[in-house]
Amino acid sequence: MSHKTYEESKKAVVKGLFLLGAVTLVEVFISLFGKGHIIPGINDITWIAYPVGFIIAILSIYKAYFIIYEFMHMAYEVKGLALTVLLPTSLLIWALFAFFQEGTAWKARREFVKEKNAKTVEPLKGKQGYVEDTSLFRL
Amino acid sequence: METTENVLHQHSENHGESWEGAASPFNISYGKLMMWYFLLSDAFTFAGFLIAYGALRFSSPSWPVPDFVFSTAPFGIHDAPLIFVTVMSFLLIISSVTMVRAVQEGHRENKKGVVFWMFLTIIGGAGFLGCQAWEWTNLIGKENMSVTTNPFGSHIDSGTYLDEKGNATGETFKAGASYLLHKSEEGGHDEGHAEGHHAMAKGDHPNAFVDNDGFIHKKFKLASGPAAGQVQMEEFGPKAFGALFFFITGFHGFHVLSGVAFLLIIMINVASGVYASRKNGYEMVEKIGLYWHFVDLVWVFVFLVFYLF
Repeated sequence: MSHKTYEESKKAVVKGLFLLGAVTLVEVFISLFGKGHIIPGINDITWIAYPVGFIIAILSIYKAYFIIYEFMHMAYEVKGLALTVLLPTSLLIWALFAFFQEGTAWKARREFVKEKNAKTVEPLKGKQGYVEDTSLFRL
Repeated sequence: METTENVLHQHSENHGESWEGAASPFNISYGKLMMWYFLLSDAFTFAGFLIAYGALRFSSPSWPVPDFVFSTAPFGIHDAPLIFVTVMSFLLIISSVTMVRAVQEGHRENKKGVVFWMFLTIIGGAGFLGCQAWEWTNLIGKENMSVTTNPFGSHIDSGTYLDEKGNATGETFKAGASYLLHKSEEGGHDEGHAEGHHAMAKGDHPNAFVDNDGFIHKKFKLASGPAAGQVQMEEFGPKAFGALFFFITGFHGFHVLSGVAFLLIIMINVASGVYASRKNGYEMVEKIGLYWHFVDLVWVFVFLVFYLF
């Protein structure tokens, strides 16, 4: 906090403490709300997890921004330095989407195999060696 | 000879114009810049861990619910979801704030102030480690979770538990409800959990199955889903949960531990006047400060992914 006087930066630190503490409390409250601890039964609404997850993710990113920019003084560094640190992390946005997609695909594949295993197939008559079930090729 | 002189001449002429270490383009010292890049690489390591957690969670039909798994606290407190980890988060936030104060006192070349605020930071870090040690001890010792065993599971469909004779009881559960497999205990010393899990012989019972490790798998009759009407037993939860939990929180805890060690070393150096003689505004304190804030930053995301989602 190089542009502030000593007294000002001391005040800013206390402000930062209350800000981070308050955001954390709000996050915990919203998370427990989404799990049905505040209003019982709210977790039975299936879509409630999406807005709750979205809000707490945004609040966490805000906390990260505050820690990096104020506590780690990124706001007072040269812009080029900030970019060399922050731009590479934007690659992670791709990784998030790609790997969550991948995880969902693993689940679908496992369920598909389970479903196939549970099926009983009648022995083939006549045309031997002819694969009728082309959906098997999906494996 | 002429050429050498020429080079030397040019060298001195260029001095001050091109960058020869006199002024850095990023206007930051080498040590601080490298700390930033180290933290960047570390952020990728943690992101790799947390994204792996996400991918495995998405790939699993059921997943332990964090507000059920993390609902115990010291002094016999239980059924208090996320309270203990919130306290842990506050410890890290407070120690991060005291670290900012230490850096500020360093800018003023105030040795006593730096030592005081660094000392408080170390207390905060050590307190966090103590809480994590308690959390791990509780999970491993009392709730029998390990890297390869995860007794926390959740029901995919709704149903009713069975009694000693194999008949349906009034104890029902909804789809998505969580359970913890208890171990059959000989002594019956039962403090933390309200549910009774007394000694049961290994093998098959009408109301439960006790496996070779002593885990009691309670039996229930399904009321919904494709297998409605069938009698099934509680299975272990997804195996990956235990491994991910211990590796990710362990890796973060190891960062806190090394942070505390470095803070201690640097605090002792500050006290003995090593940095005062350098007259650079206690830059070493700034560097460990960057690291310490990063540890807090990572916890923001570990907290989000493991406990809040």
